[in-house]
Formats: sequence, C-alpha cells, structure tokens
Amino acid sequence: MRFLMYEVGASASTPPSPALMAEMGKLVEETTKAGILLATGGLGANSTRVRSSSGRVAVTDGPFTETKELTGGFALVEVKTKEEAIEWAKRFRKIVGDGESVVQEVFGG
Amino acid sequence: MLQSTAVTAADAHRAIDAVWRIESPRLIAGLTRIVRDVGLAEDLAQDALVAAVEQWTESGVPDNPGAWLMATAKHRAVDRLRRDERLDRKHAEIGRELEAAQKMATPVPESGDFGDDLLRLVFIVCHPVLSTEARVALTLRLLGGLTTEEIARAFLVPEPTVAQRIVRAKRTLTAAHVPFEVPAAGDLEARLESVLGVIYLVFNEGYSATAGDDWMRPALCLDALRLGRLVAELLPREPETHGLVALMEIQASRTRARVGPAGEPILLLDQNRGQWDQLLIRRGLVALDRAEALGGALGPYALQAAIAACHARARTAAETDWAQIAALYDALAQLAHSPVVELNRAVAYGMAFGPAAGLELADALISEPSLKSYHLLPSVRGDLLAKLGRSDEARSEFERGASLTRNARERQLLLERAAACPPESTV
Repeated sequence: MRFLMYEVGASASTPPSPALMAEMGKLVEETTKAGILLATGGLGANSTRVRSSSGRVAVTDGPFTETKELTGGFALVEVKTKEEAIEWAKRFRKIVGDGESVVQEVFGG
Repeated sequence: MLQSTAVTAADAHRAIDAVWRIESPRLIAGLTRIVRDVGLAEDLAQDALVAAVEQWTESGVPDNPGAWLMATAKHRAVDRLRRDERLDRKHAEIGRELEAAQKMATPVPESGDFGDDLLRLVFIVCHPVLSTEARVALTLRLLGGLTTEEIARAFLVPEPTVAQRIVRAKRTLTAAHVPFEVPAAGDLEARLESVLGVIYLVFNEGYSATAGDDWMRPALCLDALRLGRLVAELLPREPETHGLVALMEIQASRTRARVGPAGEPILLLDQNRGQWDQLLIRRGLVALDRAEALGGALGPYALQAAIAACHARARTAAETDWAQIAALYDALAQLAHSPVVELNRAVAYGMAFGPAAGLELADALISEPSLKSYHLLPSVRGDLLAKLGRSDEARSEFERGASLTRNARERQLLLERAAACPPESTV
C-alpha cells in the first residue's frame, strides 16, 4: 500500500532550523534504510491555483489564507498497513513539533 | 467526558503490529549481539512484544516504542540469564555485564548505530549452514517482521512446517556456533551471494503469484524490495546489492501490465507501457547507476538489471535497443552461463541481428538435457523458423511447444501460431 503524507497549514515563513534539518535528515535515512520511502521533497512557499468552472480556466497566485495549504514537504511511502504509515507520520510529527499532517492512501501506483 | 482519542483494542493491536514491523529487526539484531544467540534473542524480543501488547493496549504506544521494547527485552535477558547462572557460567557472565551496563544507565543507541548489528543479522539468517528454505523463513521472520502464519500462507505450506523450519534453523545456528559478525573481506562475496539469492528467491515467489492467489503471495515482492533496499543501504559499496535492487524495482514496475483482465499473462513486448510504474523504473535506473558508478565489471544482478533497463527506457517495443541487450546477454553468458540465459541470448540475437543469427544460438541448445521438456525452446525456435520462412519446421516446433507447456492459455497461443504457418508447398 502506498500512502502520501504531507503537512497542512504550517507557516511557511520561517525556514527550518539546522537542528530540525539534521533530525529530518536522520528520519529520511531511517525510512530509506527501512526500504519504505519511495519519494520525498520539500514544497516551495508560493503556490498557484488553476481553477476550472463552466469551461473557463482561471489562474490565481497565492498565498491563500482561507484554506489550509499544503506546506513543508511530502513523503510517498510503501508499507503493508495504514497503521505503519501512521506510525511513521507520528515519528515525523515528534520531530517537527506542533502542526498537522495528513496521511492518505494512493491508488494505482 | 468521552475522549475522542480513545482507541479500541483492535486499533491498538494494529498499531502495535505496525511498531513491531518497524522495530523488530533491529531489536532482534541488538539482542543477538548481547546474548550471542539468535534464537534466544528472538524469544526475548517476543517476550517484550507480549509485554507491549499488555501495557500498550491500556496506555497507548509510548513515545519511543523502540527504546521501550529494547529496555523490556534487556530486563528479560537479565532475568533469564541469571536463572541459567548455575548451569552455564558464560551466560552468567553476559548477564552480569548486562546488569552492570544497565546500572550505569547506558543510553539506548541511536537508530543509526543499529546498522552494524542489522548487517550481522542479515548474514546470520542467510548463513550457508542453513538450507535455502530455512534461510528464507528466518529472513522473512527476523528481518521482514512476518509471522510464521504469514510466511506459511505466502509459500503455500502448512504453518507447522514453517514453525519447524524456524526452530530447526535456530538450533542449527546455535549448534554450529555461527558467530555474530560481518564476514571477512575474503568471504564477503560468497556470503553476500547467499543473502542476495535469498532476497531474489522471495521476490520471484511473489512475482510468480497469479491473480487468484492469496494477497500474501504478491506481497512477497514488497517484502523482498524492502529487504533489498535495506541491504543496499547497509552495504553501499557492493555493486551487486544495487544491481539486485535495480532488477527488482524494474521488474516490479511491470506488475500491473503483465496480467490481462482475465488473469492471462501478457508478454513483455505486448504490454501496455503506459501501465508501467514510472516511479519504480526511475528508482531502478538510479540503483543501476549506483552499481555502475562503483566501477568494475557488472555482476549477474546488475547485468540483468541493465537488460531490464533497456526495456524500461524504450517508449515502445519497436524502440528497444536489441543490440545493447544482445551485448549484455553476451556478458551475462560469460559470467553466469546457463541454458536459459543462452536461450534468452538467442532471442536477443534474433531481434538484433536477424532470425538466422538467433536460430544458430537456439539450435546449439537442442541437445541440452535440462531444456528437453522446456516449452520455450521449441517456442523460440518456432518463431525464428517462421521468420525465416521455414514454415513446416516452425509448425512442428509450435506444436511441440504446445504439448510441453502446462499453461492452458500458452498452449492455445502456440497452437494458434502452428495453425497460422502456411503449408510450404504453396509458398
């Protein structure tokens, strides 16, 4: 089973501290060694929305305050159960502190 | 007030299972270093798991579950070794060392420090003193975190058979005094071959599973990939570890495309390449690059991965670089000569240099005893003969292939090809 994990709603204005980066590096190494991390990456602070409505497409630049934006980064993992994905998400949250992550199954991968 | 975070016992069990899958390999590896016996180490780890299930179901999974399991298992180790004190002085000594270490409040090592122990465990469970079946069962149980029942289901054997295999394997390791160590440089290559062989065997077992099978069987591919990636990270300087990972990633990328809607197998060249998993292909190509970057001649796994990569890079079957594949089969035949490799080489030659070149290689295999009842030899020869316009011979080869295969769909396909061969007199 593949799961996408990402952070939502975190403030993207403050860059992560070197200590946090080091902890994150360790987690990436650990998940790579465990053979479960398929892909990971950080997300840029600025997002652009492309909306379609009644056949018309509108492009709007962020930032967007009204909804929780995808922030920080994402990880695509391959594990046997949803609980396993959640356990890794918990380990991630312990490192990054307050905030919220979303864990969602990916089909057709 | 009810707490919204309250979990049911079933939820807790699933969460504990997940922690176990993540933590058990390095837990067992760390314990084996301490008690110097893999069987005892697993017993202690299991004891810790039982304790965890009791406590965590009540209080939830602790903040650092790995450290909790290790501390609990170490306490059990002290108890158990002390109990054996009068019987066995050496064990008692280990027990006292352990107790002293605990009194000094030795911190649990950081996750990175487990690497060496894990690698030692990898080599112990794939030790040549064990039978292949025992190596596979121990590897999946101690490194893959699978239960005996899961292994039995995946390999279509009764659970007591697997349990027996594991018990005997642990006894064999103890009796043979197999040391808990990474093999010395001179032995490393042969011992690594055994490790990679076990992982690839698990992968192929999963890859050969068919649509109707229990999902535990195809899941073996994932177990093998996880183990392969682990070994590649533990031994990053060994090109064949990356070669095997590359081979498995690229083969796994075709999982969805290789079976049709009715469960029928679809041959590589007929597959819808849009269904190939590009993420796994990319990972496979990166792993192959790592193998190649280490320099030296490619080993058998890296060569097979390089062949798989030629197919993966071609956007359509017609774009396949057959000359390159033929050259890679030449290298593979030199390194790991076998009739099956030779037959694949004949196919590649037929595609790269014309059917006559392929047939010359295939004809050399006719007297090969191990291919006597292998349906693919007449199938390949039939294809090459048909391309050369030798219709009568092609027909009889397709018919022979049909009589040898045990797969009904394949038989039908071969008979169709036989029927499509025009009588030579009218040509």
